[in-house]
Amino acid sequence: MIHLRHKLSRKDFVLDIDVQVPDIGITGVFGESGSGKTTLLRCIAGLDQEGGLPVHKRNIGYVFQKPGLFPHLTVRGNIEYGARRAATSRVDSASVIDMLGIGGLLDRKPDSLSGGEAQRVAIAAALLRSPDLVLMDEPLASLDGKRKDELLPYFDRLHDELSVPVIYVSHDIEEISRLCDHLVLLDDGKVVASGGLLDVVSRVDVPVLSGRNAGVVLWATPVDHEDGLTKFDFGDGDIWVAGKFEASKSPLRLRIAANDVSITRDRPASTTILNILRATVEEVRSVDTAIALVRLGAGNQDLLARVTNRSVRRLGLKPGDRVFAQVKSVTVRH
Amino acid sequence: MNIFGPMWLSVQLALVTTLVLVLIGTPIAWWLSQTKLKLKPAVQAIVAMPIVLPPTVLGFYLLILLGPDGAIGGWWVQLTGSALTFSFTGLVVASCVYSLPFAVQPMQNAFESLPKQHLERAWTLGASRLDAFFSVAVPLSVRGFVSGIVLSFAHTLGEFGVVLMVGGNIPGETRVVSIAIYDHVESLNYAAAHQMSLLLIGFAFVVLAAMFVINRRWSEG
Repeated sequence: MIHLRHKLSRKDFVLDIDVQVPDIGITGVFGESGSGKTTLLRCIAGLDQEGGLPVHKRNIGYVFQKPGLFPHLTVRGNIEYGARRAATSRVDSASVIDMLGIGGLLDRKPDSLSGGEAQRVAIAAALLRSPDLVLMDEPLASLDGKRKDELLPYFDRLHDELSVPVIYVSHDIEEISRLCDHLVLLDDGKVVASGGLLDVVSRVDVPVLSGRNAGVVLWATPVDHEDGLTKFDFGDGDIWVAGKFEASKSPLRLRIAANDVSITRDRPASTTILNILRATVEEVRSVDTAIALVRLGAGNQDLLARVTNRSVRRLGLKPGDRVFAQVKSVTVRH
Repeated sequence: MNIFGPMWLSVQLALVTTLVLVLIGTPIAWWLSQTKLKLKPAVQAIVAMPIVLPPTVLGFYLLILLGPDGAIGGWWVQLTGSALTFSFTGLVVASCVYSLPFAVQPMQNAFESLPKQHLERAWTLGASRLDAFFSVAVPLSVRGFVSGIVLSFAHTLGEFGVVLMVGGNIPGETRVVSIAIYDHVESLNYAAAHQMSLLLIGFAFVVLAAMFVINRRWSEG
């Protein structure tokens, strides 16, 4: 485990963090803007503190929101900058260059790269420093939707192939759900929840996750294809998702937003919604005057439904009730 | 009487002064660009003072300071046995004070326009402060260095009042080109004055044009 303990007082903001995160995989740090995510990373790196170990001796890799490559160096010069200053060389540069697909860019100057290419180069530079810990500060936030989609698969590869732990800051729950294994929730400079991703995101008692960020992440195995859809085995039922995902033994990560789940007492006879799952109400929590979050057990996994308090009253929903969950849309990590 | 003696002396003075100014001006410019201290405006004002002060005022106090009875001059006499005033070394000291803002300000501007993130990235990639300064800040501030070097060189070449006050008019030691021109005009030797003046005008043009060409090349990458 990595023990993060940081305190920092500013005029109108106090950061007070004391949390353990795994020393393997990607730990997401999620919170609204102003919750202290970036400040936490800068504290870990030593960028925001006077005194303490100087930044260059901390052996961390830092990926900033904007790539910020050195304009006077080529791509090769940029990725070698950290490698040449590394105390040890535990990372094979050829495999990093290959993993991030930047082999063809090495002799280019940074100003000729697209935003996504530049960010890949910046990640390679950080990794080739052979860091003990990689810090990523919203590395996708400066990119538009299309560039983001181009870059995400590289992060999937990082997740699968990288042995160094990563702390990944984002305010996008989709990104976090796709990439992270562990999740730390920050609110106003404090940790409000920390734990495995699947456990933390399905909590209904955390305010940052009660709005449009509410949703669950679960594992399911693709088993069949039909009509351009893929059937995922979900234990106690199936989930159909648009798109073709290769059938395999290993489960894929799905995210189901609470906004996309609705609840019925009786199995609907005629509906356009394909995915109707048997479920049991486990917890009902009103999050504001109009809205409630309902946690459902379906198969051996959890679902969250974001419904109105009025619907909860009308259906008389309470823990233990047998219901049907209609799932309108599912995102799959490729 | 040749015109190249004073010319060569001026060039020597300008070269030595510029070299010294790069060495002491760079840390001053860097400190000014990075500091958040409240002291900063005061230091900036001191550095910029030679721009607005009449050279005679500057020269007058430098004469006192550098003279055998002055704080610096007395120490120098003890150290070397000779006076700073009316010597080439004294001229170098005076020129450095006089041209300091012309070296510091362009460099400071270049340092201040560096994105902070470049330095932070360099540190996180394992570079110490000094390493990051030489490997990132300096190469990205070449324009500032070129401007600072050319301006202090040209400004030293053209100085008159301070030299006259501190250095006097000793051939081969302190008789730089601007003094020589003044002498020639005083003695109505306009031909010699023309030769030197035109040479200076041509030189100033070539040097400044070269600077602007270099700066344009750099901005085009």
